[in-house]
Amino acid sequence: MAAALETIGLEKHFGGLRVTRELSLKIARGARHALIGPNGAGKTTVINLLTGVLRPNGGRILLEGHEITNLPVHKRVLRGLSRTFQINQLYADLTPVETIGLAVSERLGRGGDWWRAMGSRDEVNAEIAETLSRFHLLDVMNEPTATLPYGKQRLLEIAVAIAARPRVLLLDEPAAGVPESERHDILAVVAALPRDVTVLLIEHDMDLVFSFADRISVLVNGALLTEGPPEQVAKDPQVKAVYLGEATNA
Amino acid sequence: MTAQADIGFHARRHARWHAGEIAFWLLALACAFAFPSRYLIMTEIVRLGLFALSIDLILGYAGIVSLGHAAFFGIGAYSAGLLALHGIINEPLLALIVAGLGAAVLGFATSFLVIRGVDLTRLMVTLGIALLLEALAERYSDITGGTDGLQGIEMQPILGLFAFDMFGRTGFFYSLAALFLLFLLARRVVHSPFGLSLRAIKNNPLRAAAIGIPVHKRLIAIYTLAAFYAGIAGALFTQTTALASLDVFAFERSADLLLVLIIGGTGYLYGGLIGAVVFRMLQELFSIITPQYWQFWIGLVLVVIVMVGRGRLHRWVLWAPNWLIARLGGRKAAVAVPETEGP
Repeated sequence: MAAALETIGLEKHFGGLRVTRELSLKIARGARHALIGPNGAGKTTVINLLTGVLRPNGGRILLEGHEITNLPVHKRVLRGLSRTFQINQLYADLTPVETIGLAVSERLGRGGDWWRAMGSRDEVNAEIAETLSRFHLLDVMNEPTATLPYGKQRLLEIAVAIAARPRVLLLDEPAAGVPESERHDILAVVAALPRDVTVLLIEHDMDLVFSFADRISVLVNGALLTEGPPEQVAKDPQVKAVYLGEATNA
Repeated sequence: MTAQADIGFHARRHARWHAGEIAFWLLALACAFAFPSRYLIMTEIVRLGLFALSIDLILGYAGIVSLGHAAFFGIGAYSAGLLALHGIINEPLLALIVAGLGAAVLGFATSFLVIRGVDLTRLMVTLGIALLLEALAERYSDITGGTDGLQGIEMQPILGLFAFDMFGRTGFFYSLAALFLLFLLARRVVHSPFGLSLRAIKNNPLRAAAIGIPVHKRLIAIYTLAAFYAGIAGALFTQTTALASLDVFAFERSADLLLVLIIGGTGYLYGGLIGAVVFRMLQELFSIITPQYWQFWIGLVLVVIVMVGRGRLHRWVLWAPNWLIARLGGRKAAVAVPETEGP
């Protein structure tokens, strides 16, 4: 069976700078895979390459065995690859109902519908209701996103990505910036993701990584340093050196 | 009520007709009977309102700025003029639609240049296209009549029934009907998933693509539709005045249009219509006070609006009525408009 997501010799240059170097990753179906690395390791670039925001200078990307290297962003989403953003990327003016409604409509192929009002299709409404209640957003569903508390925005950020019903989900530091009191909600949501969804977690918080991931890849200077199950990576002297080095520098 | 039916109710919140909207249209119709001697200026306002509605679709909803919207107005105006002048299509309503489609074709063709850039690129590209067309119209004066414009246009009765009269009565009702129908269409479009996706693109194109919205395709579609609207406005101009000259492409027309929309507010469809009324009234008022320097006052009003409005520039006009309604009825807003981010 083909891997859920695979990169083969991925390369990205910004001018003379090689930010991704011959990166070959293989993420098994249903995996809880974490991508870690010190600041500046090129984690965000990898996400941008995977989702199509950036085009690689070399190498290939396969989603469930199908080539997606040159597909535009929105087509990868429709193929089942969805993401959350480290810094919330939401629609300030739109309400949660509208935001989720859009994601659901697009997935069901109703997004280009220009004649029927949003909210007039039962199958779309049912999914909006289900998603909003799962993410504890029903009470604020008519408030413009910009006015929501940060924790709710963070939940909405994840809810939008889930509403696209991904088979592979990229979580970019899901708990970043969330106050301690609201952290629990986010972690519970992440832990409760269905097992048939493959998750690639990009994270700084080592507690979260080791409690969540069943496999870890370590990225340093744009290249893969090592990969393995958590206990092995934790013991790896190279990894320790990288993180200790960073810690002493900081 | 089940959660699902409930969601439908909430999702259609903005799509339902509000009392204020019905009042607005009744008032517009009442004006037709209240000021029978003012058909010409009222026709002008209706046309300007339709033109502003057109730019609201791209600016207020999709966030595409343009300094050359007159390009489509001009194409519509000349198309309608040429169709009538050469007797190609004598029936005005059909000619109106054909002229609008002509503008839409140009809109579609130029949309590829416009959608990719950032705001400054878009301003320059749209401005450039309008200037280009103006120059072309001047160069091919054997077709367009050059600086003299198209002469001797004679309009046939609409549907063979309603002849254009010298008081502009037919022209007014014809224009108002066109505006109302196109408004209904626009209202339908902006409350659909398609229309909502435009607002998503305006808010955050990065996230829009990340939930599967084909950003370029949507922008091309709305730009083409807006061009169609502008083309209809231009065609109405020719049909109701029996004139088409080079100034239909003029930069001032595009610039005034932005003024109109800013005065009325963006992103709730009524902004262009209210703006057209206020703009034309101000123009009249100021030119009575100072015939030569009325533009000074228009300029002053604009600066004041921008200074006072700031972040809520797009809906400053609703501030007073909403405040009143909140005081009187304790309700939220007459026409609910998203609150953050300017146009």
